[in-house]
Amino acid sequence: MAETPTFDETSLVVRAKAGDDEAFSELVNQYERRIFRTARNITQNDEDAEDVLQEAFLKAYSNLDSFQGNSKFYTWLVRITVNEALMKLRKRKTDRSVSLDEKLDTGEDTVIREIAVWDGTPEQRYSQEEIRGILDREIETLEPIYRTVFQLRDIDELSTEETADSLGISIPAVKSRLLRARLQLREKLTRFFQRKGDDVLAYL
Amino acid sequence: MPTCKDFLRELGDFLDDSLDSSTRQQLEKHVNDCPNCWVVLDTTKKTIQVYKGHEPQAIPAAIHSRLVDALQKKMAAKKSGGGAGSVQPKSSS
Repeated sequence: MAETPTFDETSLVVRAKAGDDEAFSELVNQYERRIFRTARNITQNDEDAEDVLQEAFLKAYSNLDSFQGNSKFYTWLVRITVNEALMKLRKRKTDRSVSLDEKLDTGEDTVIREIAVWDGTPEQRYSQEEIRGILDREIETLEPIYRTVFQLRDIDELSTEETADSLGISIPAVKSRLLRARLQLREKLTRFFQRKGDDVLAYL
Repeated sequence: MPTCKDFLRELGDFLDDSLDSSTRQQLEKHVNDCPNCWVVLDTTKKTIQVYKGHEPQAIPAAIHSRLVDALQKKMAAKKSGGGAGSVQPKSSS
């Protein structure tokens, strides 16, 4: 992930643990947008995402002593965020649209419809703002169980084990949801990024 | 020899580099011989890359300032010996 060149997570964490609040604030500034996006991708609304954002950073601040440095600070922060976000979901359990409960895996093969080569890079055709808009809109259309796993594994870069542990699901479930999420997003993005004039070929 | 379906089933582990070397080699051979699977692999990799490579947009100023307020309260409470106990609710919503 792109980080500002001067940003040094490790030394900021060391300073923050020693009681330097300014260092902690720098960590907040660095990560607030990513944490908000993760929270929003799980809770699916701005108000809950804001609560989760605040609670996650306040908990991280209070529990900084318990951060041992065995993982990246950001990974630790994401895990706190997921925990807070899942508590939010449990509180509004009546809302089935955001259920992350294990679904029965039907074993159906993931369907591939679009086979088309992409243009060199999306940046050659779209502005950064346009790409960000496309990415945000398309990930929102995934079912929550797929979106959340993609967010944690491929965007926040948690390991399969960390993702399974954070969400309280099995490792095979993480793997199968991740594959489906990746393939569904691939399909959606192909509509925007495919090379113009390419025919969609039949598959299998 | 693996089929397209085999390739698709293993695609996740293939991308995450968590296959044993002989399975990996067989799938690599399949991908090099099968244009459709090559495209699926290439565009799935690019999908992951484009998501990884784009920072989210800045959070709304009001949300940022409420976060800063909540943290400053917490920091002040810690300095005045208030301890690091309960989580403060957000200052307004």
